[in-house]
Amino acid sequence: MPEQPTPPEQPRPDRPLPSMPPGPHLSGGGRAPEDGAIAATGMGGAMDLATEEGASLQKVPGGPDGTGPQDRPRSLWSDAWRDLRRNPVFIISGLVILFLVVISLWPSLIASGNPLKCDLAKSQEGSQPGHPFGYNGQGCDVYTRTVYGARVSVTVGVCATLGVAILGSVLGGLAGFFGGAWDAVLSRITDIFFAIPVVLGGLVLLSVVTSSTIWPVIGFMVLLGWPQISRIARGSVITTKQNDYVQAARALGASNSRMLLRHITPNAIAPVIVVATIALGTYISLEATLSFLGVGLKPPTVSWGIDISSASQYIRTAPHALLWPAGALAVTVLAFIMLGDAVRDALDPKLR
Amino acid sequence: MGRYVIRRLLQMIPVFIGATLLIFLMVNVMGDPIAGLCGDRQCDPATATQLRKEFGLDKPVWQQYATYMGNVFTGDFGTAFNGQEVTELMSTAFPVTIRLTIVAIVFEVVIGIALGVVTGLRRGRPVDTGVLLITLVVISVPTFVTGLLLQLLLGVKWGWISPSVSSEAPFDELIVPGLVLASVSLAYVTRLTRTSIAENRRADYVRTAIAKGLPRRRVITRHLLRNSLIPVVTFIGTDIGALMGGAIVTERIFNIHGVGFQLYQGILRQNTQTVVGFVTVLVLVFLVANLLVDLLYAVLDPRIRYA
Repeated sequence: MPEQPTPPEQPRPDRPLPSMPPGPHLSGGGRAPEDGAIAATGMGGAMDLATEEGASLQKVPGGPDGTGPQDRPRSLWSDAWRDLRRNPVFIISGLVILFLVVISLWPSLIASGNPLKCDLAKSQEGSQPGHPFGYNGQGCDVYTRTVYGARVSVTVGVCATLGVAILGSVLGGLAGFFGGAWDAVLSRITDIFFAIPVVLGGLVLLSVVTSSTIWPVIGFMVLLGWPQISRIARGSVITTKQNDYVQAARALGASNSRMLLRHITPNAIAPVIVVATIALGTYISLEATLSFLGVGLKPPTVSWGIDISSASQYIRTAPHALLWPAGALAVTVLAFIMLGDAVRDALDPKLR
Repeated sequence: MGRYVIRRLLQMIPVFIGATLLIFLMVNVMGDPIAGLCGDRQCDPATATQLRKEFGLDKPVWQQYATYMGNVFTGDFGTAFNGQEVTELMSTAFPVTIRLTIVAIVFEVVIGIALGVVTGLRRGRPVDTGVLLITLVVISVPTFVTGLLLQLLLGVKWGWISPSVSSEAPFDELIVPGLVLASVSLAYVTRLTRTSIAENRRADYVRTAIAKGLPRRRVITRHLLRNSLIPVVTFIGTDIGALMGGAIVTERIFNIHGVGFQLYQGILRQNTQTVVGFVTVLVLVFLVANLLVDLLYAVLDPRIRYA
């Protein structure tokens, strides 16, 4: 294999040494010895993937030896957009997501039936003309239900992600910017939330809820999800805060709010966006898992998780009723993870 | 090192108290335990009051919490409402879940690291792209779907395994459930190892080792792997707690009578003592695993010295 000459590597602050000042250090397993009592998430591998992807963005190149001079100044975002437009992964996953959003807004575009209309006489029947996915155990049309299920999944994912991203980045960003006692308290609080396994917390908390709307599920996800984003946002803000332009703004007498809004936020938000995109996929998957366990959404809500759960009883006789919603779920989650991946690649200054 | 351990132990205390208090409050919101005790019928008010007094449920929540934690530290996890000691339930449930977790960890270590090394050394080749794509697919298919599909294919269609696990749950019956439990973490371990190997392959010490004329095998196992596995080992360590807590789904699918099963039953029957007891132990396992991993850091990477 031809070895390419590589530039002499400088020791990168990849894995933080305990003697380092508290800073943005999450890499590898997403944890650092001194970062607190606990750093790995209780969410398992998929969420760790998200945090890792976000964390690797926090190594912003510092000044001339990082990015180097360029012909004409371009912002990180226009650069990233230029990269993204040529990335087939981004285009495909973007199209999938666009399609999902469209059918969750107007499901009747591609499915003319009513998802709640069922005919027990047709229970567990296979594919037929006009009903390509067959019927489930209750005799409902699997195709129509799968199409209509997108709405709930996308709504839960988007609302939970918005809530988590806003709450987490505001709390984490402020803690990172101001530091001090509030920062220490927030770090301990995030530790506490990390120590609770997510599915377990969901079972305990949601088993009391009798409401059949999607809001308790979203509320639960926001409650247990914000520490992840807040940790990423905190680290990102601390890195950005040390940059020269922020010091210059401070020297010029800029107020805290101006520094935060004009200088830090635009430069620190990239990791948050990446983690939030991947997290959106994991939240959709989490909603399905909770519905499968019987504590998430409840019928008559049409959701992939509910459909998979009810189809699992008939899995021996009518596996198609399980496979179609499960496939739709997997494609959706995959699309969001790939999108996050592509965005991360485009925003990563190391690859420039 | 000693001072570091003590500091970490002290840091664990508030986290432990906070996490258990949070669970305690959640369970308390969960509903009236007395109502659960009476089953589906309405409780007789006098009986309810008497039971409430007997169990100390008429006291404020913080006092209940303090009493409970006091009892836990003397080894008394209370009695489930059917009269069974919670510790007794634990002694039957935890061995099963621990076996399941061991199987999952073995899969993570063997398959995850092997795939990671292979792909990391062949970065950009078809093998690498293929495995990366598969890991993404595995991560995006929820565990319960993987479990149901494997149960259908291996258990029902092909008859390789029995679809549900007997109550003794010996190791050989736990192989497929363990694989299902490990699947997402397995994919993540593969990606982590790959990144780490690919990064370290260009390090100076690897070039030196090659220049010295060491055989390729020795360079990889002694020099490259030893340094690349540090983040992987830490991830697997912290994953132990997550796996034990996340086993609830796998145990439900394969009908394994472990921790997840007991917890699920406890929640369904509003059995407060069982739920809080099991979750407390799980949180403790998680915290201790994290502490051990942090200490392992220093052993694995001599550059790290704890003050």
